[in-house]
Amino acid sequence: MSTEPIDLSREDNNVGSLVDRAAKWIFFACALVTVLTTLAIILVLVDGAIDFFSQVSLVEYLTGTDWSPRDATDPSFGVLPLVWGTLVVTVGSALIALPVGTLTAIYLSEYADERVRRTVKPTLEVLAGIPTIVYGFFALSFITPIIQYFNPDVGTFNVLSGAIVVGIMIIPMVSSISEDAMSAVPDSLRNAAYGLGATKFEVSTQVVLPASLSGILAAYILAISRAIGETMAVTLAVGMLPQITASPFAEMQTMTAYMVEIGTGDASVGSIGYMSLFAIGLTLFLMTFTMNVGSMWVRSRYREEYQ
Amino acid sequence: MTANGPQTVTTSESDGATSDDAMTDDAPLGSPRVDDAVIESRDLDVYYGDDQALHGINMDIPERKVTALIGPSGCGKSTFLRSINRMNDLIDIARVEGDLYFHGKNVYDEDVDPVALRRKIGMVFQKPNPFPKSIFDNVAYGLRVQGKDDGDVEEKVRTALERAALLDEVEDQLDSSGLDLSGGQQQRLCIARAIAPDPEVILMDEPASALDPVATSKIEDLVEELAEEYTVVIVTHNMQQAARISDKTAVFLTGGHLVEFDDTNKIFENPESDRVEDYITGKFG
Ligand SMILES: Nc1ncnc2c1ncn2[C@@H]1O[C@H](COP(=O)(O)OP(=O)(O)O)[C@@H](O)[C@H]1O
Ligand SMILES: [Mg+2]
Repeated sequence: MSTEPIDLSREDNNVGSLVDRAAKWIFFACALVTVLTTLAIILVLVDGAIDFFSQVSLVEYLTGTDWSPRDATDPSFGVLPLVWGTLVVTVGSALIALPVGTLTAIYLSEYADERVRRTVKPTLEVLAGIPTIVYGFFALSFITPIIQYFNPDVGTFNVLSGAIVVGIMIIPMVSSISEDAMSAVPDSLRNAAYGLGATKFEVSTQVVLPASLSGILAAYILAISRAIGETMAVTLAVGMLPQITASPFAEMQTMTAYMVEIGTGDASVGSIGYMSLFAIGLTLFLMTFTMNVGSMWVRSRYREEYQ
Repeated sequence: MTANGPQTVTTSESDGATSDDAMTDDAPLGSPRVDDAVIESRDLDVYYGDDQALHGINMDIPERKVTALIGPSGCGKSTFLRSINRMNDLIDIARVEGDLYFHGKNVYDEDVDPVALRRKIGMVFQKPNPFPKSIFDNVAYGLRVQGKDDGDVEEKVRTALERAALLDEVEDQLDSSGLDLSGGQQQRLCIARAIAPDPEVILMDEPASALDPVATSKIEDLVEELAEEYTVVIVTHNMQQAARISDKTAVFLTGGHLVEFDDTNKIFENPESDRVEDYITGKFG
């Protein structure tokens, strides 16, 4: 047997190792661009918001109940009506999407046979890919007329229609992510319950649901965060009238819809209306950011539920 | 689910199981008939799609005894075990032909609810599979699902843990997760979970194969004790284990045939079949 030591040292001018190092830098550069872009967006928002809050008090902004930024004589910058519009759409859509999405996920993961699952899941994902303006058009041309059929007094723009359409829009997100989480629950747990004489319903609700809770909650939060940020559909369906009212048939305006209105309108750069965009944008950013951090926290908090 | 719904397996008059419908060609060597049989398999075939995994199994499983199923990997031991409590129903492509009687009632009859059947026939799996719940809730789960959680659940849980020889080790951590236990403890937890609702039969599929020798011997002791109250059917590929703990042994060989079934002593000391003898003495398999 030869005792000659083998050479395991790195060959420095080897092409393979060059590619390896180049690749590392390219990947790093891409990651850096993403991070920098995010930082730049936050910077722009904060910078604009600072200008805005040098003219409008933070207290007025956060507690005011009148949003009329373009009133020439007496402009008013209480964000609450816009937050209200966003909140109603979000809560309304969640009331629809969370139960429907969860039940769909349970059906797909636990009840549907392989063939059904193979057709329904991609279909749901296609639904998730439809441009949101199309959903807005769907609300105007289909959902609102149905509402008006039952209640002829309802106007073209109403928050109910918006909440329904956003709810439909985020169902695929809830069901798809939840279904992934449920499918990841090992069969050994299902078998354990079946072996004890559990019914399919009991296995689904008492074993699979709890074991996939972290994934399901994360899906909920992401979907709600999407509803908060949803823009085109609510601009078309809910309308442009910022007001706080309990009526589901009233026209309202969401934060995002306001940004569309100003962004596409003729507010001149530097005007207070223009600057309010940044304040609203920052507020939205903070809301969705909080939700996403919450989703991450939920995932890590409730992970390793099973081996 | 209601506590005592209509879905109990009829355990009254036997229909044909005990009649002398003679041994068929598939009859294994040895003495497959016993007088005090709880489970009687008659010409049982199981298919996965087009593949036949079991061929005409005829076997009587005696009450309150340990019956071991041995044989090389892939010969259909698990398949046979799952056909007893109809866990095969959960496998889409699995199909069963022939009869399997439990107290004289064919469990494959139309009117049998597999859920009710599984409440009488508990199961312990190869890999410990505790729920991601507390130790207490793991054991109580079967009681709850079967509507037997009316009386003193705590008492029943402790009794089950006691019988599974686990209580001493977990007494003051009943609220901690079942997943925090060692592998051997987890498996005893699964045994406690299976016996808590007081089934009649316990099926065990290589319950010690994932465990170290110390944990394995604890499980073996436990199995022998369980047979005082329950009918135990245990799959193992460890022949010494079968010889140590079982009263009856069924030897499955190649392609899903039950070759010989008899008293364990007979199988290990003086088997009828040469192939069984070769297998037992380690010449193949
Ligand atoms: N879920 C299944 N789907 C398809 N074939 C299976 C399935 N389970 C077992 N089989 C096949 O059935 C035969 C017997 O398997 P099994 O009962 O697991 O054997 P053993 O437990 O003796 O190792 C094997 O050929 C195996 O491939
Ligand atoms: Mg097996």
